[in-house]
Amino acid sequence: MIKSLSTETTLENAGLSAEEQDLFSNARPQAYEPYPIKAVEDFANWCRANSLWLLAFGTGCGAIELRPLMTARFDANRIGVAGRPTPRQSSVFIIGGYSSVKTLKRIVRSYEQMQGPKFVISLGICPINGGMYWDSYNTIKRLDQYIPVDLYITGCMPRPEVLVGGLLELKKMIKEGRCDGANRYVENFDWYKANQKKVIKNWNMPDYNW
Amino acid sequence: MEINWLQKIGNFGLTLSIVLVYGLLMGAFIERIIAKVQGRIGIPYSQPFINILKNFFKRTAVSHGVMFELGPVFRIAGGVGTLAFIPVIFGSETFSNFSFAGDLMLVIYFMFFGQLGMALGAGESGHPYAAIGIARGLSQMTSYEVPFALAVVAIVIQYDTLSINEIIAAQQGGYQNWTLFTNPIAVAAAMLAFLGMTGYSPFDIFLAPQEIPIGPPTEFHSAYLSLLQANRALFGATKLVLFMNLFFGGATGWVELMIKTWVIYMVAIAVGVAFPRFRVDQSIRFFFRIPTLIGIASIVYVQMVLVR
Repeated sequence: MIKSLSTETTLENAGLSAEEQDLFSNARPQAYEPYPIKAVEDFANWCRANSLWLLAFGTGCGAIELRPLMTARFDANRIGVAGRPTPRQSSVFIIGGYSSVKTLKRIVRSYEQMQGPKFVISLGICPINGGMYWDSYNTIKRLDQYIPVDLYITGCMPRPEVLVGGLLELKKMIKEGRCDGANRYVENFDWYKANQKKVIKNWNMPDYNW
Repeated sequence: MEINWLQKIGNFGLTLSIVLVYGLLMGAFIERIIAKVQGRIGIPYSQPFINILKNFFKRTAVSHGVMFELGPVFRIAGGVGTLAFIPVIFGSETFSNFSFAGDLMLVIYFMFFGQLGMALGAGESGHPYAAIGIARGLSQMTSYEVPFALAVVAIVIQYDTLSINEIIAAQQGGYQNWTLFTNPIAVAAAMLAFLGMTGYSPFDIFLAPQEIPIGPPTEFHSAYLSLLQANRALFGATKLVLFMNLFFGGATGWVELMIKTWVIYMVAIAVGVAFPRFRVDQSIRFFFRIPTLIGIASIVYVQMVLVR
């Protein structure tokens, strides 16, 4: 059984005002185990890998590389990739390049609204070590301190071909059952939350539930 | 005559699965045609099936209340209920479903039912875009139902029956007996309403993926969404079967059904790939003007020319 490392059962939601407290649940996120029968889990993973719905949320300069994916030249529909405008329905979140602290707040919010299993691709050099924003005061340097990342595509900027290659690699990883970012987020929830709250000063949102 | 209900329900299950698979396959086929127009290859034929399965296999789901959970159930009940009272293959005992003397009225009611249930469910999700989508969707639905209802009234007067089976029977014996040729005005009104029903552009404002993230189903995810996707294919194919029965002479076999429904669908696609999106006020004005006038003209035509 996968369990959270923390012993507390509820979240504080300290960022919310007294009247907002009732509007949000304070339950902790739950980790989910794979299906007990291996064949069922493999089939489910095959389905997940062949139907990747990208969250249409451009978070940096790399977002411009997502547009050509759907056009006639690259046509990501062929490999089961489609754009989805709402985080509730999408399964892949592509962080397109640098992420300012202001954007990180929205990234966390969107990531937590996505339903598991969910996958994160980090595009470009900036979410790995800060890239050209290495000494910027309002840009995060390492994305995987804030949300779990399944796949890195480096470069500045990576071309759409590389992104297609990355998506194919992600498909391979999902089929092998190696993408469990949602569970990692739950297991280390307090660590991720502490990191997020360290950089996001005006934390006026609930701790997990939307 | 004694009716074997168990066998009838079994037969309906068979019809339901065939129509569902056909609807999903046709959805993929249409997507590929649209992709070809845009110079792409498009999705694999298996994609709609995989999408439904993937959403079904999602590990988490958030509920917003009882009505939110019932919304997709009402929606699919509307789709299944519509199909249940339409004879799919004319002259076949197996595929005639539960059609009876007044089934046309019930079918038109059922087509509304799913949309209203969905509106209640999406309303409880609490998302502002869902509310906007519902407001747009229901007002557009009200406007395209007017020409469609007028066309149906015209053919009811023309054939003097409310039974879909009798309407098909009256159109047998060659293409010159189809409603398309005996009452082209009513068919014109109904086909214009059909453009709104399918939800392709120019009448896709209620889904509008780029401005109100896909409208009413914004908050629906996981298994809720797989129900909605299954219903979209089922309900789409069912509407095509209904249009084929009422206006294009019905079908006596599955091959005939597939060819006819595909051609009817292509009307909406041909318009859809060529025209940009209407605003909701534009689409309502459109439906209340020309198609409604054509619908009234069809009733006048039936009364003055055909019935006398």
